[in-house]
Amino acid sequence: MGTAAIEVRGLWKIFGPKADRIIGSPDADLEPAQLRAKTGCTAAVRDVSFEVRPGEVFVVMGLSGSGKSTLVRCLTRLIEPTAGELRIDGQDVRAMSAKQLRELRRHRVSMVFQHFGLLPHRKVVDNVGYGLEIQGVGKAERHEKARRILSLVGLGGHEDSYPEQLSGGMQQRVGLARALAVDPEVLLFDEPFSALDPLIRRDMQAEVIRLHREVGKTMVFITHDLSEALKLGERIAIMRAGAIVQVGTPEELVGAPADEYVADFVRDVPRAQVLSLRWICRAPEPGEPLDGPELPADTVIHDAVPAAMASDRPIRVVAGGELVGVVSRVDLLGAVRPEPQPVAAAASAGATGEEA
Amino acid sequence: MVSAPVQVAPPVEAPARARRLPRWVAPVAGVVAVVVLYVAFRGKAVLPHDDDATLFHWLNDARDWVDANRNSSPIFLYVVNYIRLGAAGVYEAIQAGLVALGWPGLLGLAAGLGWLAGGWRIALVSFAGFAGVGVLGFWEASVETLALTLSSVVLSLLFGIPLGIWAGRSPRVRRIVTPVLDVMQIMPTFSYLSPMVLLFLIGPASATIATMIYAMPPAIRITAMAIQRVSGVAVEASESLGATGWQTLGKVRLPLALNTIMLGVNQTIAAALSMVPLTALIAAPGLGEDLLRALARVNVGAALVPGVAIVLIAIVLDRMTRAAAQRREGGTRARAVRWGGFAVLTAAGLALLPVLAQDFPEQWEVQIVRPINDVVDWIEAHWYTFTGFLNDVVAYGLLNPLQDVLTNAPWWLVTAAVLVFAWRVSGAAAGLVATACLLCVAGLQLWEHAMETLTMVLVASVITIAAGLALGVAAARSRWFAAGLRPLLDAAQTMPSFSYLLPAVALFGNGRFTAITASFIYAVPVVARLVEDGLRAVPGTVMEAARSAGSTDRQLLWKVQLPMARGSLLLAANQGIVMTLAMVVIGALVGAGALGYDVVAGFAQQEDYGKGLAAGVALVLLGVMLDRITQGANGRRSPHKKRNA
Repeated sequence: MGTAAIEVRGLWKIFGPKADRIIGSPDADLEPAQLRAKTGCTAAVRDVSFEVRPGEVFVVMGLSGSGKSTLVRCLTRLIEPTAGELRIDGQDVRAMSAKQLRELRRHRVSMVFQHFGLLPHRKVVDNVGYGLEIQGVGKAERHEKARRILSLVGLGGHEDSYPEQLSGGMQQRVGLARALAVDPEVLLFDEPFSALDPLIRRDMQAEVIRLHREVGKTMVFITHDLSEALKLGERIAIMRAGAIVQVGTPEELVGAPADEYVADFVRDVPRAQVLSLRWICRAPEPGEPLDGPELPADTVIHDAVPAAMASDRPIRVVAGGELVGVVSRVDLLGAVRPEPQPVAAAASAGATGEEA
Repeated sequence: MVSAPVQVAPPVEAPARARRLPRWVAPVAGVVAVVVLYVAFRGKAVLPHDDDATLFHWLNDARDWVDANRNSSPIFLYVVNYIRLGAAGVYEAIQAGLVALGWPGLLGLAAGLGWLAGGWRIALVSFAGFAGVGVLGFWEASVETLALTLSSVVLSLLFGIPLGIWAGRSPRVRRIVTPVLDVMQIMPTFSYLSPMVLLFLIGPASATIATMIYAMPPAIRITAMAIQRVSGVAVEASESLGATGWQTLGKVRLPLALNTIMLGVNQTIAAALSMVPLTALIAAPGLGEDLLRALARVNVGAALVPGVAIVLIAIVLDRMTRAAAQRREGGTRARAVRWGGFAVLTAAGLALLPVLAQDFPEQWEVQIVRPINDVVDWIEAHWYTFTGFLNDVVAYGLLNPLQDVLTNAPWWLVTAAVLVFAWRVSGAAAGLVATACLLCVAGLQLWEHAMETLTMVLVASVITIAAGLALGVAAARSRWFAAGLRPLLDAAQTMPSFSYLLPAVALFGNGRFTAITASFIYAVPVVARLVEDGLRAVPGTVMEAARSAGSTDRQLLWKVQLPMARGSLLLAANQGIVMTLAMVVIGALVGAGALGYDVVAGFAQQEDYGKGLAAGVALVLLGVMLDRITQGANGRRSPHKKRNA
């Protein structure tokens, strides 16, 4: 795994008077509504821990008010965390001086915002070059860099426009370019596509996937949209009322929801398109033929259909060269039917990273 | 309504339901109680005016002490006198600069700045406005006025904008600054002058400082608002990229707030132009001198011409800054055209400087004093039956009886009535502050004159609010009426306050009714606009729902619009009263007497200085009292939940 790009341990953010006294006291265990009634404080982030691996796309998903936007702002202390540990590339962010923090924000971590946050009085090229400008980079150099980044995000030719002359999707590309222009190690996205039309949102998601392939940055992506989370996330953290309920791959969340809340969330997800054969394979029954087609255990169920159609023998599911189990046509049909049963039997196959 | 100072005996054994009296009982009982007490105690415990009150002598002595020690006391030597010299320096530099430009240069520069701010239209307005001032025959005095205005505006902005930025950024500073600004905006113009004379003597330096203080609140307030309103997302984006606080201020907050801050500049200039002519009372040069001299002789024509000159200057500066506030960033070519035009126009003006005469050519001047006076004479001769009748109705029907009541009522009865009334309308705190203000007025030994001023304010406010309400409702209900009213209201808001005196004098000559008419013309536009805006702000969905339930237009107005616009209506009343006070005070220049006259007399007569100073303070107290009484209204102080982030 190597050192984590971002490491968060026991992070808290409580808004309100004397917030730091609540942590460690019994009040900290109260539900947010009760806490507010009792102390007047709002716990936006409650004892959150997770790690993001270098180059990973880590999605934080939750409904509005679940604290996900506060959490992502805590990562660069745009909002000062109340308690907890926070390391980026091994360095303690909470211990940083104002100057070190600025250096971190200038060179290593940049952010894309839901409402873009573009400066209306500057041309696109100067918006993109803003991060370089405040670092003291000369005009010619930052314009050159900005132009290159703009063509990378597909906005070549719009350098001299003003933000209001662009559509929402194009404005967000400018926001993306601005974040990329400083060549950071980590990109933070705060619901970047929520304000966009569905079709443009799909384009932009594809854009992020493409950029991730091309530039390979570590990304932390905040969203309230489950399909977006499943599409982009290598791992997903689900937040509720300030706490992380479950961290896992899309497969783990759909296959083994940690609680009712997560289960409720993923109920409508077409499981056959997310789960792999690992989740439905079983030990061969006595006398069952074992000469069917062989597929790796991480094959998505949906993708096993052609093999099952080609042969009436049960599919042999292998991992690391060893037979894990078999999947018959009946098993497969059971998994792809529209209203699937919970597949709790296979829960043990996936590790769940649970945080309360 | 006034509620009962005497308690109705509580019916102890009555069941709960019977204890509920109808809502009108308490107010009616209060009015009855006041009337009964008035009849019983009329003429007792009154505080008649005394020109020789000990306080006035004491203030005169204080003034004498200051005069004697002006050049020896360290606080004057090292602080006050330097402030005076600094202000005088700024004024003299700007004045010398404007004079050096000569009239062709100034016209060219004005046109150039107009071009820069808003293209050829504004350039034309600037040129025509300033040329008009010359044609009226007041070029030199106008330059003095302009210099005084510009120097006080420059100083206002120099201190006001940084303070506004600070207040916009820090809630703590805002909490300190806001109440101070509230009081400053209630203070009538005259109240600023007497203390300035004490500290800085008479003359342009004192005038510049007084005007600077008077004009600063809008600069601070609007800058703070502009900075606060800057999109939080843009600021956050800047911070997320590692900008320092100063970088975010310079590259994000200020550029985004710039247009709104220009509106603050616009308001500051408007305030300065309301004050500058009045500083002629403390021997400041400019159009105000001519204006006040003519008003003192009731020569309407001679007063109107410099008045029009000030209005022209006001219009030019207003249009210029307003256009600058709406300016949008263009491309490089647009910028080249803007600056090129500016350079060409200014250079043209300067190039003509050696060619043309030093003074504005006399043959271009137009004499209109006589024709105006002919018109005024004609009005006097032919309309007198009407204007005299109106004057008499208000004077004998409203002013005199009310003034009799207020001056003959025992002071404690007036105070108690104010306390109970303010308490009922605006709550305990407001009631106590209002009462304290009134008691201080009594302590200043200016009770009778204060009651006279209060009489005029009450009468003028009632008329103003009634008319403003009617106009506002009409404008909110009829699109064409609103369209007709808007430009009038816009124009009215550009005018410096004293200019409203002139038409009133033309119609009604000198006297209290003239001051009331001027207050009416001054305050009605604002009241009408607030009422209209309040009614229009009622959500369309609510109106639709009421209409779908079958409401008539009248029901819609009384049951939906007016109750929902309550906040705006009360704010309109508050503004109407405060503005009325401001104008009634200036009315002293046209013979309205009372506290305003005491202030003016204080400048004219050495031995009346103490009374003038006390009257200035009494005016502030009256202003605060009236504001507090109606303030329940405007929710400015409404306790709201603080959010810590």
